[in-house]
Amino acid sequence: MTTPLFAIGPATLALEPLVSAIASDSDGVDGAVVTFLGLVRNHNQGRRVLYLEYEAYEPLALKAFARIDDEVRARWPGMRIALHHRTGRLAIGEASVAIVTASPHRSDAFAACRYVIERVKQIVPVWKREYFDGGDIWIEGATADPDDAAARAEAERIACA
Amino acid sequence: MRVTVRLFARLRDIAGAAEMPKDIPPGSTIRTVWTALAGEFPGMAQYERSMSSALNADYARMDAEVHEGDEIAFLPPVSGG
Repeated sequence: MTTPLFAIGPATLALEPLVSAIASDSDGVDGAVVTFLGLVRNHNQGRRVLYLEYEAYEPLALKAFARIDDEVRARWPGMRIALHHRTGRLAIGEASVAIVTASPHRSDAFAACRYVIERVKQIVPVWKREYFDGGDIWIEGATADPDDAAARAEAERIACA
Repeated sequence: MRVTVRLFARLRDIAGAAEMPKDIPPGSTIRTVWTALAGEFPGMAQYERSMSSALNADYARMDAEVHEGDEIAFLPPVSGG
């Protein structure tokens, strides 16, 4: 079975199939592949985290992934990306998000990878509920607005710093 | 006319349901739906400025007109990654 470049769901994440999917799509022009895994951390803001539960509005999340892909191709022509996000209950140390970028040069691939995770945190409709020692809380980050040019510029600034 | 409201994360908790039908007058916008919802569930009002809305699984502005059978979603600030 071919691994899709974009996916969201309860399946365990793995980088190797994503790297293979990106590589099989190459005609030899790539000089760099950069990978990123976001992991569930055992502490947050002074709390001892027990596990996380991720929820998503999946059809909109996939559209947001496609939008991020469009943004990346506009900013870094020739860049190819793969992006998977996991949902459901995740234990400490498990991966919640996997990103792979591939391009002729490493500097662009590193920057695009950072850009993708920043945009995921800004505009993808996913929420994490943190279960910690003593209670649980929905984590609320950014107000999702894909047309917010300032947020997009900030993601690009961080990526290219 | 009848639309379906989808709620996520804390908004879902406040309403006690992930999905609910809502009867609204013809010519309504997403804002009409939100106002009705916030009236029914007072805890939602605090999200007026921070939430996002979607129409049939696409981000949409509050002044977007809605139609019979549409799916309207309200999204608290996101926290993926």
